[in-house]
Formats: sequence, C-alpha cells, structure tokens
Amino acid sequence: MKIEIGHGGGGKMSAELLSGIILPALNNDTLRQLGDAATVGGLAFTTDSYVVRPLFFPGGDIGKLAVCGTVNDLAVSGAKPKYLSLALIIEEGFEQSELKKILNSVATAARAAGVEIVTGDTKVVGRGQADGMYINTAGIGELIKGVEISAKKICAGMKIIISGTLGDHSATILARRHGLELPEGIKSDCAPLNKMIAEMLRAEPGIAMMRDVTRGGLASVLNELAQASGLGILIEEEKIPVRREVRAFCDILGFDPLELANEGKIVAIVPERSAEKILTVLRGNIYGAEAALIGEVVEKPKGKVGLRTPIGAIRIVDMPAGELVPRIC
Amino acid sequence: MDTSELIKKINRLAEGKKKLRIMEVCGTHTVAIFRAGIRQILPDNVELVSGPGCPVCVTNDDYIDTAIAYALEENFIVATFGDMLKVPGSRSSLAAAQAQGSNIKVIYSPLDCIKIAQDNPNKKIIFLAVGFETTAPTAAATVLSAQAKGLKNLFMLSAQKLVPPVLKFLLNSPDFRVDGFLLPGHVAVVIGADAFNFLSIPSAVAGFEAEEILLAIASVLEQIDNGRAEVANKYPAVVTAAGNVTAQKILSRVYEVADSEWRGMELIPNSGLRIREEFAKFDIEQVEPVKIEKVKKKNACRCGEVLRGLVNPTQCPLFGKACTPSRAVGACMVSVEGVCAAWYKYGSNNFRW
Repeated sequence: MKIEIGHGGGGKMSAELLSGIILPALNNDTLRQLGDAATVGGLAFTTDSYVVRPLFFPGGDIGKLAVCGTVNDLAVSGAKPKYLSLALIIEEGFEQSELKKILNSVATAARAAGVEIVTGDTKVVGRGQADGMYINTAGIGELIKGVEISAKKICAGMKIIISGTLGDHSATILARRHGLELPEGIKSDCAPLNKMIAEMLRAEPGIAMMRDVTRGGLASVLNELAQASGLGILIEEEKIPVRREVRAFCDILGFDPLELANEGKIVAIVPERSAEKILTVLRGNIYGAEAALIGEVVEKPKGKVGLRTPIGAIRIVDMPAGELVPRIC
Repeated sequence: MDTSELIKKINRLAEGKKKLRIMEVCGTHTVAIFRAGIRQILPDNVELVSGPGCPVCVTNDDYIDTAIAYALEENFIVATFGDMLKVPGSRSSLAAAQAQGSNIKVIYSPLDCIKIAQDNPNKKIIFLAVGFETTAPTAAATVLSAQAKGLKNLFMLSAQKLVPPVLKFLLNSPDFRVDGFLLPGHVAVVIGADAFNFLSIPSAVAGFEAEEILLAIASVLEQIDNGRAEVANKYPAVVTAAGNVTAQKILSRVYEVADSEWRGMELIPNSGLRIREEFAKFDIEQVEPVKIEKVKKKNACRCGEVLRGLVNPTQCPLFGKACTPSRAVGACMVSVEGVCAAWYKYGSNNFRW
C-alpha cells in the first residue's frame, strides 16, 4: 500500500497511519500519550514540520508559521516556551532574497513569542526534489508549576471556550492557491499565543484542557477530547464565531468551518465558575478579541460531540475523515 | 412564518397519517438537511429519502475507467473537480493514478481549463465534464471559449446528466415508493420550475437554508393533506417558471440530449448530454478514443439501490465497515455530497443526541 495525501491530514487516516505503522515501531509511554507536546522531566518538548504552499500568504509566511506552530503546541501543554531549533530544507534555485524574508519572519515571530532559536540545520536538495522550501522546528518549554493540562481533568459542566473566529487560515491559503479573491480583511490568523495563554493560566490555573485548533479543525479537536475524557461535548452553532466571508467561501467550495485548520486559535475547557473571567482575559488580548463561550461538557452521550443548530435540533459532529486540504501548514 | 411555527405546521399536517416518504433529489439538500439537523426535528412518520442528485455518485465505472486510461498516458493532463479523485472505477481511482504519477489537476471551474491549456501547449487537457444542468452550461461556455480562442489542446470527456428524466425513470420503476419530491433549487434556476410539471406526485422546489427546506417539506405535506399533486415553487427568489434562458441557449448550442448510463440505474433514455457534431473536435472520445475493458464489479455495495431511494445507507452491509470515506468502496461514500458520505459524517444513523 502507498502513502496517500490523506495520511497527512490530521483526521482518521492520520490516526490509522500512527496506530498502524508509527507507534508499533517506536512505542514508549511518553509517546503513547500523543499530546501536542511530550512532557519529560519538568519540560515540554515538541516538533513540527512546515510544508505550506504557497510560502507567502496574507497574514504570514512559512517562517512565522514555523515559529508560531511550535510555540503554540508548547503553550497549550501548560508550558512557557523557551528554546526552538530551526531546520531548513531548501530546493536548489531558491531565491536568497526570499530566504532572507522568511528568516526575518522567523526572527520577528521568535521575538514576539519571547523564545530563542538556539540550534539549527540547513540542507539543500536538487531542483524538483522539494517545492521551494520546507522547515522543521522543535521546541522546549518549562512546565508552569501548579498547572496540569490533561483530558483526565475534564468534568461534566465545564465550559468550552474558543479564542476567536474559525477557518481564517485555511480560507486564506486555499484562496491564494486557487486564485480566488477573498475580501481585504481576511488573512491567516497565524500568531504566537503563549503570552495570552499564560494570562489565562494566571487567571485560572485550574483550566482542565487546552488545544490549538490546527489540522482537522474544531471538529477533530473536540472529538479527540470527548473520546479521551469519556464525556460528551455539546456546542451551539450560533455561538461559534466564523467570519461571514469565510462562511460564504465554505458554502461555495463545500468546506465545513468546523473542519478547517487555524494557526492562531485555541479551544479551552474550563471550570464553569471561571468561564467569564477567562473570557474577559481573552477579549482583552489582541489574539482573543472575538473569543466566545460555545458550549459545555455533558455526562452523556459518552465520547460524542453534538451541535445544536439554529432550528433547535442537535446533530452529531464527527471526526473529519481524511484530507480536504493538503499542505495547509 | 418563523421556524418554530413551520415545525408546528409540519407536525400538524403529518399527524395521524401513514408513514410518508419524501425524497430530496439533490446532494446539496442531503448535506443541508444533515447540517441543520432537519431529520431530528421531523415527526416520526415523515421520512426523508436521499435521491440520485450527487453528480459524481451517479457517474458509472466505465467513465471513471476511461478517465484513468487517459490520465495514465504521458501527454494528457486531466482536469477535474476534486470530488472525482477518489471515486472508485472498476479497479482503481484517479487518486491512485495520481499517486502513480499521472498529471491530474483539481479545478473549481471548467473555465480554469482554458488557462491550463494555454500554459501547456504541448499537452492535451481533458476536462471531466460531469454534473447536472447546473454545471453543464459552464462546460458549454468553456467549449465556446476554447473555440473562440482557437485552442486545439482542450477536450471534454462528457457524462453530464439531466434531472427530469431520472425522476421520470424512478416514478416508473415498480419498486419506487416515495410520496413527494423536494426538487433541486439550483437545477431549477437553470431549467425553470415548469420543467418538473410532468411529475405525478406532490413536489416543491426548495432553497438550501433550513427554513427554505422546511417550507418545501410543509408544502409537500400540505399537498398530500389536500389530495393535490403539483410543483410548488418554494424558492421564488431565484427560481422562475421558465428558468435561465441564456444558460439554456449556451447549453443547447454545444450539447444535445442523448441516452446516458447512471450508476445503479443502467441506461436511461434522453437523460444525458452529448457534444454536438459541430463541436466534435472538443470531444476527446471522438478525437482520440481510448479502449477500456468493460468490467462488471462484484461486491456487496448497494450504491445503486441507495441512489434510487430503495434502501438507506445503513442497510448496506459495507457501510461504515468495509466502506468509509477514507476507504470508499462505493461512489456514494466518496463525494462530500454523496448520500452515504453524508450519513456517515453526520452520525452514521445515530442521529439522535
């Protein structure tokens, strides 16, 4: 059997590849937890590769993405991101001026996030053996004391908060790739969220769970959390923030905003008593201005995600199947 | 009338009646119905049955095999809507051909082919022209544009289909038991509501918002209640009696009506479109025919019956087991508008929260 594009999509096919080939080969207790970052000896440790096409897009480029993605994975694991590595794979013939632009973005994003790039690697491959440039970053963060981000801490009655509008990143990349025009204001939400997350955790160290809402979108993240916690998650369609233009874009191309990748959005599961406080913190932050409380954790049905629609019906939100959108990040 | 009033009206009209089956013909309706949770709020005796209105679902194996045969040849670029990639032919799919190195480009409008053809003067570009009356005019416009630009390397592989003939075919099938139709709004925009006047059971042209779909369901139930059968236009903001005459003219300039094979329904008379003699040089099957081996696939897939509304997807032994969106056996599991894919995505028959 051959690897298909869908195996990289973050949905069911990715999960099959992981459980079928990758985990059996490399099994250990830390890896098996499959968190956004591994936690080892008081540290959070993570890595991610970036193959986005196009390399430059409204709201960012591959360099900014490579820093923000790894920083956010550390931050949602309850860590303070500290150090990143940067590995470049460049295709022969790539313009040096473009490389400079990308490295400037890396530097700017690292400064904004308060992390240092402390090690790296550069490889060049022949023409046609890579599509311009790929980047890998790995990151280390210090776990924040008194914070435990874990699906085990999710309880019925807790509230679900999303930090802003869904689908902006995917819509931007897709539109750019297919030469479709999106209105002026629509751009990738790519952003380092570690400072905002630190503020949230200061306001409520008891936040049960956080995830960044990347590949597979909110549908994927909530299904994973429902399964991991053995509880149900019920969200309200009318409360989920999606820009009008992004919704129209989805309607035309047959995408579901709940399944679109984001690069600057997190979902948090928080105790009911501190939901309002956390929302206030989020809304006071540039990356959380449109944060919303979108639903709650329920006792039953176990392991399922439900969506209350505007006509008052509740329908099931399933895990996205494969890959609708390759090379989104 | 607001939504809750509409739901009350539907309940009132259905009360005390036998089980009523209403077919939504269009794949976009199937998805919209699931997305809004309409099944979950209908009375128990009103059942929505999905019909043959997903274009890639009704495209048969031979067509896919032919497209793959072209894609595997060196000098061709196959341009297609993304939905077609994973549709299984008799033994392979375009996605598998792509993994083997075939040049296949996913596009969003047939007119994109013009640019691909101009950018690749040494390749032959084939557009996989599938779909209903909604997309066929754009394919026709692409042919006209290619002719005006003098393009000699752009071709169509046509399997476009027409909705009214398949509804006639279904109504005449002895095993077809449906009490009313929700008619496809987008198709009706092009061909006009009057094109459905031949229907002998209660019908309503529906829009795609939850309220519009409920309005059309209420209309069908009202007709059943009154013992009438007509075509109610419940999407009057965009659908007229005569339809879009300009689009119809472009369509009939390039295409003529022909018999067409539908997956699960075999050959239906006058149910498809064929490129007219005058434009034969854009028809790849006439310019450079390719031979495929006709294969009858044998498996337990019940796509054919699903598309005719005879069984629901969960009655297929493969559904959700051997056949899932990531490994589809039947075409209905592939397209996002496919009946099986929609049932699978929105809870696999476990619709109740």
